[in-house]
Amino acid sequence: MTRLATRTDLNQLADSLRQAPAAGAAKPQIFVGMSTCGLASGAGKVYDAIAAALQEKGLADHVQLIKAGCVGLCFAEPTVELQLPNQPIVTLGDVTAERGRQLVDELAANGSFSNPLSVDNAIFKKQVRIALRNCGRIDPEQISDYLRNGGYQMLAKAVFDWQPQDVIDTIKASGLRGRGGGGFPTGVKWQAAQGAAGEIKYIVCNADEGDPGAFMDRSVLEGDPHCVLEAMAVAGRAIGARRGFVYCRAEYPLAVKRLGIAIEQARAMGLLGEKILGSDFAFDIEIKYGAGAFVCGEETSLIHSIEGKRGEPTVKPPFPAERGLWDASTTVNNVETFANIVPILEKGAAWFRSIGTEKSPGTKVFSLAGDIKNVGLAEIPMGMTIQELLYDIGGGSSDGKPIKAVQTGGPSGGCIPSIKFDTPMEYETLTALGSIMGSGGMIVMSEGTSMVKIAHFYLQFTCDESCGKCTPCRIGCKRLHEILDRILKGEGKPEDLTKLEELGNVIKDTALCGLGQTAPNPVLSTLRWFRGEYEECLKRGNRPPTYRIDPVKCVGCHACFKVCPANCIEGKVKQPHTIRQQDCVHCGACFKTCKFDAIARE
Amino acid sequence: MSAAATIKGSRQFDAACAILDRFGRNPTRLIPILQALQEEYRYLPGELLAYVATALGVPPARVYGVATFYAHFTLAPRGKYVIRLCDGTACHVKNSIPILEALRQRLGLTAERKTTPDLLFTVETVSCLGACGLAPVVVINDQVHGQVTPEHAVALVEEIIAREKPAAA
Ligand SMILES: Cc1cc2nc3c(=O)[nH]c(=O)nc-3n(C[C@H](O)[C@H](O)[C@H](O)COP(=O)(O)O)c2cc1C
Ligand code: FES
Repeated sequence: MTRLATRTDLNQLADSLRQAPAAGAAKPQIFVGMSTCGLASGAGKVYDAIAAALQEKGLADHVQLIKAGCVGLCFAEPTVELQLPNQPIVTLGDVTAERGRQLVDELAANGSFSNPLSVDNAIFKKQVRIALRNCGRIDPEQISDYLRNGGYQMLAKAVFDWQPQDVIDTIKASGLRGRGGGGFPTGVKWQAAQGAAGEIKYIVCNADEGDPGAFMDRSVLEGDPHCVLEAMAVAGRAIGARRGFVYCRAEYPLAVKRLGIAIEQARAMGLLGEKILGSDFAFDIEIKYGAGAFVCGEETSLIHSIEGKRGEPTVKPPFPAERGLWDASTTVNNVETFANIVPILEKGAAWFRSIGTEKSPGTKVFSLAGDIKNVGLAEIPMGMTIQELLYDIGGGSSDGKPIKAVQTGGPSGGCIPSIKFDTPMEYETLTALGSIMGSGGMIVMSEGTSMVKIAHFYLQFTCDESCGKCTPCRIGCKRLHEILDRILKGEGKPEDLTKLEELGNVIKDTALCGLGQTAPNPVLSTLRWFRGEYEECLKRGNRPPTYRIDPVKCVGCHACFKVCPANCIEGKVKQPHTIRQQDCVHCGACFKTCKFDAIARE
Repeated sequence: MSAAATIKGSRQFDAACAILDRFGRNPTRLIPILQALQEEYRYLPGELLAYVATALGVPPARVYGVATFYAHFTLAPRGKYVIRLCDGTACHVKNSIPILEALRQRLGLTAERKTTPDLLFTVETVSCLGACGLAPVVVINDQVHGQVTPEHAVALVEEIIAREKPAAA
């Protein structure tokens, strides 16, 4: 790898990469998704099998085999994508080593792939890929792949063609808002940092991704680490910073590894470090590791953690842009926010604004998990309805039954009931529903899920993760948890529900940091939309309901008999039926089916 | 040799010294230093924390404060095989708890007692490993296992026991 001493060197290298025979346009390409999920599902074996078969058939030089990141189809891992020259790309799911060898055989025999069992294209149709543009399409461990696709050109422009203010103006005009949860306008943040006092400034990329169920940042780092590095360097140029840090959680070893490789390669090529592309601009990036504390995703805590201290938050203001790391101005942005920067600079603010909505331009990556068929990542224009995301892209619930609710925003968010699935997703609309956009994690819940238990689960999480610095969060959340505990045990009192609401609102208003201020959301939102479940719990705790048939009302229509999955309903047609309680699975199917109101639920 | 034995005696601080030097004895690198030490010794014994404080010239309270704040640090010896069960939301709704119960039962562990007396296994929970597509997820040392059932998890443990203690099995 030779150092690029000038901008001309960069352009020449990019041109030669595009023209080189390896560039692929004329060759069939096989992409194997090798991210954490893929590898855990056996992508390594698939890759090896395909590589060996290509060797065997003498095709190694004629077909390009790429170790790519993931395209976001977690439900179908390991995935392989096939690109024949001038043909649409085909995505294959659940590929085995055997199937991999077959693919090569077909290619050797016919020059094409016969009847490939591809993943339904509908999953991709409604997506617009900006942050994930390169994920699954390039080898994240090869900087040449990134350079071939126009990588580091925006850094070159920021260094040589544009004034720092031009960059900030474009980002401001694009209306890009922080994807880490808060939705704060990125351009405004950069402007504040640029105007802040002090010689030394820092750029921090927040890759803590603590929200359980969210994994888009991991995918970006594993699939396209250079796009984050380039954006951080551009931010450094615009703001006047010379050092950057990526704060990555230690639970993501592969992301850390690939990020490390990317930084090494960029340094070796003179795209990071001193005298970038021969200019007087210097910028370097270091990785910092999280150590398993959710609160460290909060920016002030994160800063203390980088400083080697306990990751406790401090009151804002001063905002990090004014006083952050080692008291210097620090710009903290999320991984996905950074992943949007280069495309905005490439295509312009107007292009970005043409996607999404007026208040929330652009796209958002959502991770779909839980009771959903197509578990994985989807990048969609803001303003798409929840319904479209869950059913058109997500494929509906795993068992085909209606979805009951979806939880967004993790422990800081809330549960949105199915009656609100027609809501277009934007920062403001989700907040109005008592939830938040958060990092884009979506946990889908089917009919059987108890909302009280879910609220209890999240509060357990916040109690564990509360740093203990402020009283409302440390003690308030504990009390909320205790009340829920007692409700679930069937020892709740009627006034408990108002107590939950009162206490929840006090915590929201008085906690020190975002963790405490949002911790009551899971309780408050479930209370708002699923109050009936709480009321039932007050009566009988977490015990499943008992169903009884009233022999007077029952006309013996036999409908319940037919729907009972446990075959525990007895009775002849036109005679009152009974339920064999010891075999009942408490599913409620009979209750829903009965047209004569003859089944009581206790 | 058990991890507890490794730490005895001052000569055993050699590795710690090397780690401290590697990080330039820089107090702002306290977290990576503790991470490296834990990797070396598998846990952070009290005397090691005191040693680190002296070496970095910071109060012991600062080192203890950091070591007890972050979930990754453990002040008690850990097993050779650390089994981390994900209890993040995605895994939780896919029934992670029965797996935890099965593992604890097989190994005689509880929520308080996380490590087996022979220091072979530690069972802990984490919140999300970012592999939610494979929920429920269990990670044994660095190996990720997806769509785990209680039976599958216990089988993985049996496999390790058979490998580690051929005689006993
Ligand atoms: C409890 C808590 C946890 C957070 N976790 C994360 C996180 O994991 N990743 C992230 O990017 N932002 C997280 N944030 C938001 C950050 O504080 C900060 O707003 C964000 O990184 C700013 O970047 P953005 O403007 O690009 O979104 C968290 C906030 C709170 C209060
Ligand atoms: S919730 Fe278990 S891996 Fe994400």
